[in-house]
Amino acid sequence: MSNISTHEIKSEFLKSKLGLTGIFILSGLILISIITISVIPASTFQEWNNPEKWILYPKTSVPSWVNFLSLDKIPEHKIINAEVFQSQENEIFLTSQQFGVSFEYDDFPSDFIFEMKTKYTDSHLVQIKVIRPDGITLELLSTSLPHSDNETIHNQRYFSTDSMIKKNLNTYKNNFDFDFQVSSTEIIFSELYQNQIQKGNYIFIVDMYGIEKHVEVLESKMVLGGKAYGVMGTDELRRDLAIGLLWGTPLALFIGISVSIGSVVVGLIYGVYSGYKGKKTDEAMMRFNDVIYALPALPFLIILAVTISNSIFLMIGFLMIFSWVGIAKVSRSMSLQIKTRQYIEAAKIMGQKDSKIIFRHILPQLLPYAFASIAISVPAAITTEAGLSFLGLGDPSFPTWGQILHDANTYGAAAQGFWWWIVPPGILIAITGLAFVFIGNALDAIVNPKLKR
Amino acid sequence: MGLKRYLITRGLTMFGVLMITLLLTISLVGSNMDTILKQGIIYQVRAEITENTTIAQGFNNPEEFEKFVQQKIDERVKTLGLDTPWYSPQRLGYTMYKILILDFGNATFLTSDSGSSNVGEIIFEKMPKTILLFTTATIIISIIGIVLGAASSNKIGSKTDRITSTFAVISSSFPVWWIGMLMIFVFAFVYQIFPARATPSIEPDDPGYILALLYHMALPVITIVLIGFGAWAYLVRNFMVGIMQEDFITAKKTIGISKKKIVYSHALRNAAPPIVTILALSLSGSLGGAIITEAVFDWPGMGRLYFEAISVMDLPIIIGSTYILTVLFLVSIFIADLLYGYFDPRVRTGSNT
Repeated sequence: MSNISTHEIKSEFLKSKLGLTGIFILSGLILISIITISVIPASTFQEWNNPEKWILYPKTSVPSWVNFLSLDKIPEHKIINAEVFQSQENEIFLTSQQFGVSFEYDDFPSDFIFEMKTKYTDSHLVQIKVIRPDGITLELLSTSLPHSDNETIHNQRYFSTDSMIKKNLNTYKNNFDFDFQVSSTEIIFSELYQNQIQKGNYIFIVDMYGIEKHVEVLESKMVLGGKAYGVMGTDELRRDLAIGLLWGTPLALFIGISVSIGSVVVGLIYGVYSGYKGKKTDEAMMRFNDVIYALPALPFLIILAVTISNSIFLMIGFLMIFSWVGIAKVSRSMSLQIKTRQYIEAAKIMGQKDSKIIFRHILPQLLPYAFASIAISVPAAITTEAGLSFLGLGDPSFPTWGQILHDANTYGAAAQGFWWWIVPPGILIAITGLAFVFIGNALDAIVNPKLKR
Repeated sequence: MGLKRYLITRGLTMFGVLMITLLLTISLVGSNMDTILKQGIIYQVRAEITENTTIAQGFNNPEEFEKFVQQKIDERVKTLGLDTPWYSPQRLGYTMYKILILDFGNATFLTSDSGSSNVGEIIFEKMPKTILLFTTATIIISIIGIVLGAASSNKIGSKTDRITSTFAVISSSFPVWWIGMLMIFVFAFVYQIFPARATPSIEPDDPGYILALLYHMALPVITIVLIGFGAWAYLVRNFMVGIMQEDFITAKKTIGISKKKIVYSHALRNAAPPIVTILALSLSGSLGGAIITEAVFDWPGMGRLYFEAISVMDLPIIIGSTYILTVLFLVSIFIADLLYGYFDPRVRTGSNT
């Protein structure tokens, strides 16, 4: 045990490359957390498990930066806004929405959806067609907006998977030289001679015909479902993984830091008190410590999560139950040494209260050790929580990294080769752990000179 | 004398821990257990009565019939002792006694491979597989760890030493199960070398079963070893470095014994006690981790059984496996303690406190 001032610790720490690396990574993670909390609306994580929210996103798409690395360009997910034209011929009024796409990828898009919000009265006919790069026009769908006597605002979605589209496409069968066993999207974007992507400019047109009345288009977009999206891709449930991973950062830091601070504080006070009191108290407290130490942690955490609650805050409490034990043991032996020092004896003779001696004279001595233990015990807390979430026992209202991996495992991401769903969460868990290990080891080397070589 | 007293204290503590674990498990799942048992009885009684049409015909109105059914249910609840709550002393005592003599009753949903639903049989069918997997992995880890650790302590600051230390820190930051997912992804799907599910598809009585089991075991073992050996090597290295600074080693050096011989025979022999102790402890630690690892690899052992039991809330199995896991855990801690006490006389005389 040595008395090191905070100033010495700081200057020693600044000399340690490992410690600085840890601090550097940790500040990066904290920065990400701050940006996430302040920039990304909280509704994104509250609706993480709400499929409705993610319907306009593509399904299991690779991160879009993959296109920079591969020769074959994977179609990116696109949301195209309409250009609206209005015209009239005699009593027929036409509202036309046009979506232009320059399609230069080497694979078919997965699907497309038209989503529009319109204001109208009476009946309107809707015709959807596409003009292809080779000049052929395909009529896709003829339908109508539901009749309404009063002015209404109507939300409508047209899906490429609509069986009517497939039926209409069948009338063009003679133009194509291949079997129509493929999806509508793969026919629309195909060359004539074989089922292969045709690159170029496509124009999708949604015409709405009314009698002496226009349809007012309030919102309109076409979602061209790609196979590449965003920075991190999407999962089977169309969720943007970037958002899940970003929200996971503050959550992991919160879980790790609160568990470790909680357990170090409890362990420290418990151990110091036990060591300071000595005799029977010490014996009883250490036996209790032994009991907790010998409990198999993971089975118990699982039972607690299943029977009591899997709320994230309770989980932090459960994790603390199992992680203060080792710290209590070490701080007990340290306080055994400190209490024999003369100034403690002096304080005792002067009649100071036990609590005052412990908090004023013994605990401050152990602070450097406490900081090192806090840093060292963070990774275990994060991995244990991730492990529980991985087993499906996590708090469903928060998207943690463990839960993303749980979903990946449930949907067979490994079998289907969705690497972008498996790799990033694990790396983030490890990086966060490493940052704290580096800081902890650097602090430990300063606090325990024995390890210095 | 000292060692005996030490062992008795430790043994009593262990037994206390076992009892507390048991009590905790029962109190956590007890109320659920009663509800499930009672529902089972109601279902059973109703099924028996509706099957026997003559009973139903003997009643004039539905109320009387309902009363009869209720009476039957109450009777059965009473004979099974479910009328007193699970926390009543005699029921608690009886449950704990039954578990102590390894009578765990019957599983609610799960069965063993041979079709038995006796919890004891299910557990003892799965346990050897868990022990096989984790003992194999631990043995490989410790061999690699000791060799690598000794080699890096031989030349502190050398390339081997630096790589080992870095690898130790980095590898222990990754969750084993995540590496498992990656390994399955790479070696079972991208390159189809190993099977993705670790459960062999052939029957246990087939002569090729052992070979199939070993083949299916390869991927989990590789994963556990990959994650584990770095930390082990680092640990062994640190022990060795400590010993190499001792006086008797310096004396041997001055006599002129070659450094290699000192490292591999004298120092390693002296580092053995803590290494063996930690070996016992790490075996027990890996048993808890088995739940997640086996779930990832679908290895048919205790861990997966536990996971399946949790997901369908098969309470007798949960209680039984928690008990067995705790026993295994305590036995290895006890062995570690024993070895530690045997190697380090200070512990058993209690002079260090």
